[in-house]
Amino acid sequence: MGRTLPEKIWDEHLVRRAEGEPDLLYVDLHLVHEVTSPQAFDGLRMARRGVRRPDLTVATMDHNVPTAPGPEDPISVQQMDALRRNCEEFGITLFPTGHIGQGIVHVIGPQMGLTQPGLVIVCGDSHTSTHGAFGALAFGIGTSEVEHVLATQTLPQRRPASMAITVEGDLPPGVAAKDVILGIIARIGTNGGAGHILEYRGSAIRSLSMEGRMTVCNMSIEAGARAGLVAPDDTTFAYLEGRPHVPTGQTWEQALDRWRSLATDLDATFDREVTIDATALTPFVSWGTNPGQTVPIDAVVPEPTDESMTRALAYMALTPGTPIREIRPDTVFIGSCTNSRIEDLRIAASVIRGRRVHEGMRALVVPGSMLVKAQAEKEGLHRIFQASGFEWRDAGCSMCLAMNADRLAPGERSASTSNRNFEGRQGAGGRTHLVSPAVAAATAIAGHFCTPNDLGVDLQSATGA
Amino acid sequence: MQPFRVHTGTAVPLDRADVDTDQIIPAEYLKRVERTGFGPFLFAEWRKDPDFVLDRPEHAGATILLAGPNFGSGSSREHAVWALEDAGFRAIVAPSFADIFRNNCTKVGLLPVQLPAAAVRALMDAVARDPAARLTVDLEARRVTGPDVGEAFEIDDFTRGRLLEGLDDIGLTLHHEAAITAFEGARPPWLPTVPST
Repeated sequence: MGRTLPEKIWDEHLVRRAEGEPDLLYVDLHLVHEVTSPQAFDGLRMARRGVRRPDLTVATMDHNVPTAPGPEDPISVQQMDALRRNCEEFGITLFPTGHIGQGIVHVIGPQMGLTQPGLVIVCGDSHTSTHGAFGALAFGIGTSEVEHVLATQTLPQRRPASMAITVEGDLPPGVAAKDVILGIIARIGTNGGAGHILEYRGSAIRSLSMEGRMTVCNMSIEAGARAGLVAPDDTTFAYLEGRPHVPTGQTWEQALDRWRSLATDLDATFDREVTIDATALTPFVSWGTNPGQTVPIDAVVPEPTDESMTRALAYMALTPGTPIREIRPDTVFIGSCTNSRIEDLRIAASVIRGRRVHEGMRALVVPGSMLVKAQAEKEGLHRIFQASGFEWRDAGCSMCLAMNADRLAPGERSASTSNRNFEGRQGAGGRTHLVSPAVAAATAIAGHFCTPNDLGVDLQSATGA
Repeated sequence: MQPFRVHTGTAVPLDRADVDTDQIIPAEYLKRVERTGFGPFLFAEWRKDPDFVLDRPEHAGATILLAGPNFGSGSSREHAVWALEDAGFRAIVAPSFADIFRNNCTKVGLLPVQLPAAAVRALMDAVARDPAARLTVDLEARRVTGPDVGEAFEIDDFTRGRLLEGLDDIGLTLHHEAAITAFEGARPPWLPTVPST
């Protein structure tokens, strides 16, 4: 019988399989950042262990880093210094603040060409699923597992079940990759993917750019799945070709041969299958305190049907029946490992070009990496953002999780392109609404939730897409 | 890792679904580089409410957390497990757990016990009636018992054995170092590497 893509990658990475024990999987790439690694390095020191494969390990600073000049938090500085010392001691390549290679860990892996089809990739961060966009098996791990990978380059894992999520049909104009994944989460629930690896399939997924596929895979964890992936195809190969760590010449052909075999066999079966009609998707806005609590932008704030909804509505200070378009955020945040890549910035810029951020609204753009920032500046996007009244920042996780100075004040409301609308996620007492970059940009101009279309912007002609 | 065999203690009911790790420990408290000292920041925001269940005097000293479904969703931060452990918890009983959180628990020795929703409800009710009620979580027998409740739970033999003995995963894996080396020898040479600088 045929195998699914996740099964193929899993089987290719089996170091050891024994009855009654978890499989021992080999890890091809281990990404490290400052927040979930210090205790792992301490553990190595205490046990007098080394890093087995520093050459398969890459570190950056992202969660804590300041994205604007100003006084630095001494505790954050301490954590970043710890990473610097640990990387020096164990011989790990680090992209620190101030380096052109620095950025959000899930943005720099793909941009360097380190993220490749068929690899097993881990990182002490739940959004590691992002790398699944390339047909890699990528998942987030805890700090004990980070230590385990540093010491052994392997992980003991039980093989999850597989779930096919097929999104079929043409996406309506104005519906972004972000809306696809929010629609998927609304359908299967925030715990619906638990215990599964998701494979995103279907014509709507195939039609997405690599940036769009990364946005979809990124939020697999918001559906409860540790990993989500898309089979590699010509879009993937075109993105990879010519990037620094991607093979060239004859080796490129060898790699292509292997990558083309990375697809679910026609006769393979998934443990669960979900099909979604792409033509029925719309721009979504979250109204509650988990990423499953979303509605189409044309809808109203829903009536609560359980305790959890009542609690979320109270936290968000929303009244059922209020049209989503009447909600007025105080802050617009464009950034995070979900939506901070060059394509996201191009779309946002095309919406706001020649317009002004609504009076009294705070709006910021935080590129996903310093290279994304440099590319955007080469294209002149920064001038569009700045002329509109957006702040143009350095790369980092920033207001997605408010570990640096970028945060909401208590009671403040945001339209955010990030991935989590949990209570206090963007700052204690802050209220987060998750949206696509296009909706975030249009909302910054209008002062209330709206789409580019509401502003008379035709996105397709504006971006040349 | 501290071994877990049988634990008896009082419990506190946190009757909410989808408790994410941002609630268990908010990001601003993740800046410590040590593995200890996270207990005071457990549920930091929710504890600003003087009525929050974990702070009620009748639940002081509780070592078992009774929780709603999908406990520990969201961020992979193991700090959430360290904070619970540091605050004195030895086991969490819930109808379901988020995958990464459950995994992190078993690495640290905080026991995640998955029971049917009705059994968790019965335990919450029992503790609501009598906060001094003592529950026993028995990993050897794979069973939770309390006033009027006795329920078996499932956990795979390997994880159970590791927790009973408090075994270090890395030590176990290093027994198979020859297999790792053999695997490495067979990897295609063109796979990406980042030579140390």
